[in-house]
Amino acid sequence: MTETALPSPVGVGEEPAAPPRRRSAAGDTLLRSIGPVAAALVAGAILLVALGRNPLTFYADVLRGGLLDGFWQESVIRMAPLLLIAAGLVVVFKAGIWNLGIDGQLLLAATLAVGLGPGLEKRAPNTVTLVVLFLLAAAVAGVWTLVPALLKARYGLNEIITTLMMTFIGINVANILIKGPFQDFSSNVPQTGVLPFDAMLPTLPGTRIHVGILVALAAILVVWYLMTWTSFGLRLQILGASVRSAKHLGLNVPRLIVVSFAVSGVLMGLAGAAEFLGVWGYIRADQNPAFGLEVVPLVFLARLNALAVVPFVGFFAVLSIGGDLATREAELPNDFILVLVGLILLFMAVTEYLGRTRALGQSYLPAARRRARA
Amino acid sequence: MTETDTNASTGWTAAGGDAPAVELEGISKAYPGVVANDDVSLSIRRGEVHCLLGENGAGKSTLMGILAGMVAPDAGSIRVDRRDAAIDSPKRAIELGIGMVYQHTTLVPTLTVLENLMLGASRALRLDATRSKARLAELAGTLGIEVDPDAVVETLALGQQQQIEIVKALWRGSKVLILDEPTSMLTPAGVAELQKVLVRLKEHGLAVVFITHKLYEAISIGDRVSILRQGRLVATLDPETLGSKTHEELQARIVELMFGEEARALGGVAELQDELEGRREGRALPEEPLLELLDVSAPGDGHEGGVHEVSLAVRPGEILGIAGVDGNGQRELAEAVAGQRHLSGGDIRLGGASISRLSVAKRQRLGLRYVTDDRLGEGIVSQLSVALNFVLKRIGQAPFWHRGRIRHAPINETAQDLVERFDVRTPGVAARAGTLSGGNVQKVVLARELSFGPKVVIYNKPTYGLDIRTTRAVRARIHEQAEHGVTAVVISTDLEELLDLCDRIAVLFRGRVTGVVENGPGAERRIGELMVGGFAGEDAQHFPPGEIAPSLHSGGELR
Repeated sequence: MTETALPSPVGVGEEPAAPPRRRSAAGDTLLRSIGPVAAALVAGAILLVALGRNPLTFYADVLRGGLLDGFWQESVIRMAPLLLIAAGLVVVFKAGIWNLGIDGQLLLAATLAVGLGPGLEKRAPNTVTLVVLFLLAAAVAGVWTLVPALLKARYGLNEIITTLMMTFIGINVANILIKGPFQDFSSNVPQTGVLPFDAMLPTLPGTRIHVGILVALAAILVVWYLMTWTSFGLRLQILGASVRSAKHLGLNVPRLIVVSFAVSGVLMGLAGAAEFLGVWGYIRADQNPAFGLEVVPLVFLARLNALAVVPFVGFFAVLSIGGDLATREAELPNDFILVLVGLILLFMAVTEYLGRTRALGQSYLPAARRRARA
Repeated sequence: MTETDTNASTGWTAAGGDAPAVELEGISKAYPGVVANDDVSLSIRRGEVHCLLGENGAGKSTLMGILAGMVAPDAGSIRVDRRDAAIDSPKRAIELGIGMVYQHTTLVPTLTVLENLMLGASRALRLDATRSKARLAELAGTLGIEVDPDAVVETLALGQQQQIEIVKALWRGSKVLILDEPTSMLTPAGVAELQKVLVRLKEHGLAVVFITHKLYEAISIGDRVSILRQGRLVATLDPETLGSKTHEELQARIVELMFGEEARALGGVAELQDELEGRREGRALPEEPLLELLDVSAPGDGHEGGVHEVSLAVRPGEILGIAGVDGNGQRELAEAVAGQRHLSGGDIRLGGASISRLSVAKRQRLGLRYVTDDRLGEGIVSQLSVALNFVLKRIGQAPFWHRGRIRHAPINETAQDLVERFDVRTPGVAARAGTLSGGNVQKVVLARELSFGPKVVIYNKPTYGLDIRTTRAVRARIHEQAEHGVTAVVISTDLEELLDLCDRIAVLFRGRVTGVVENGPGAERRIGELMVGGFAGEDAQHFPPGEIAPSLHSGGELR
């Protein structure tokens, strides 16, 4: 009954039919983006009360441990990999592609960068070493995503399944490398050799914050520009809206799939390099920051807008860094933060569900995300 | 009671013994910015086909949506079998015996026909396939259609899917059957088939509501015709009126009722045909073909057969029609020419040079355009603005993009120009294309395909589902392009349209061209034969579309 919902003007001299009334853009964003977060914090508070903890103390601890007393620097440091991951996810999600193999891509890239780092560092100047390692990490993760990308582009294989499976392979290959060619036997636990402190990413003057955050912010800006202003971004958006349209319009669908996959992979690789060359300097067997699936809801909360991702990532970085202190103080397992992430996801789902029957703004999903622009 | 005024809703009396199955009284429904139904009263009787006639946007679908429990009315009441009924859900409507066939398919595309039918029909945990199969065979027999119960729905042609929809609506023993624009996907032969089905349904005492915007259809199919205009019921023509006047008189009266003051400006529907007829006369075409198909074969999807060894040649400025029952390879042929489907054999030439290995985009640049039949699904990107939709086939090209960066000023300028030239009714070029009505979406698609130097345009069902006014505009546009030397291939299941437009008409049957007919006297008969495989004997199922279909109400039966 499109006819009734979208009436065509009948009379020649009539005004075109008024578009359906909608909430203001700001109200929309508030409801869709802030709503689930707020609801999750409230539900988390109820959980804390049920566990016999004082939620106010807990959230105050989160703020103290994530923002105050110089802890904000830790939060900013954490933002670097998260932002790079988010930038990579925006690219694929816009194109309607679910690259969920983030952790595998990130870890494999990081392992190769950190594993080859100590050897390279002895032969080349630090700057060259770092640039080479960043490029290497980007290339490794980019190439790693070619497998699911080509399978999807050529055979139409569901990338959710292939990328998730590739994660297991990626993590285990990383372990093989760490326990094999990269193992440093001077350490008690299986791990790579340690990059000397001065060979790691330099910090911003006067802070502990490594320059990875600059790389991340640059990546965010580049992705935002790509998506908003370029023909490439529009092509990805069309692909995400309708594969049939994309084919009809003469877009090279397989190539778009491969390119967007590769771009996201490169950003995952950079995220791995930033985290492990900036914070750790080595990587242990079975070490996995598992950032990937934490970033996914943030990207949707930001409605696939690369710039809007920044505050959400900032919020989450504070929550996870401050959460370390808060959970310790409250004698709760650190995983309580993951409970909060889970609650955010739950309330996003609730909003999405209600949004179908009530006017709760636009969907989180890429196909219906973007407001008309021109 | 010859014609009933809208507001005299109290004047409804059941004539004779035919008690109303459903009575709508004072139904009103408003959407933001538009009143879809304004105090509409209607009574639907058993054993009658009640046509609801009106332009797109006149409120027909809303009214029936209310009856089917899909839309809640703002005011008014509904009585079913003389008892007040609150139809608050589609489920309740089905319980009351009201079945609806929507214009757009509601079937689950990935399930089989049988699964789809069992889906809505059974409460039981275990699905009874044997009994369902028997029920399907029975209903298919009643409707006179052939259905493969195990065919996956998405592999069926739209026309076949609609037949399944009708079966589905009858599945649970409906007493009232609502058909929303049921003929928009059917061939003339299919319409004749549908008429037969309707006669049988009437004989079974069903009340049928037939929604249409096609005037001749309403006159020929309806026992009673109600005309809606801008949400208001302007008149109901009862059987006596319909029986007592000639088609020409009825047509003139209804055009007046449908369009009101505009009737004069619009002219008769017949006038349009004369106009097009006149233009077709006396055009000299160059001999050298512009588009050539040489033994073109292309695979189909799933159960559809694709096209086999199709050879056609179209000269510059010529309009070639492709007739055929839906699902005989039309889409495959169009997509093969447009480059969206790989050839399994043969060659396609444009201006003498082979293009069969070129991509969609390259063919575009050579001036080959494809106006798809799937306007919403592939023609436009609904969440992008109207302005962007105009340039979607020129992404990255000057002047709309400069070094990869989008330039909104020239895009908006071009869009504004196209909106005016193609008379697209939109709140603005920044409005999302998905918010436009079907007719305006088609205008957007046409504007995109026909701008920037087209040479050959493939039109796939260009006026399917459009109202008279837009249909007229689209056909005029096709003609105007041909005058300028643009070659057109018009694929349509509406034979009348092809006879109006084309210089020659090829007929597709099971993926093969069974013949090419020069348009002119006697063409429709020849095409009719070719459409069913070239056997003259089956011509009985087919009525010449140039004429009004054999009337149901005057004789009461269809021979």
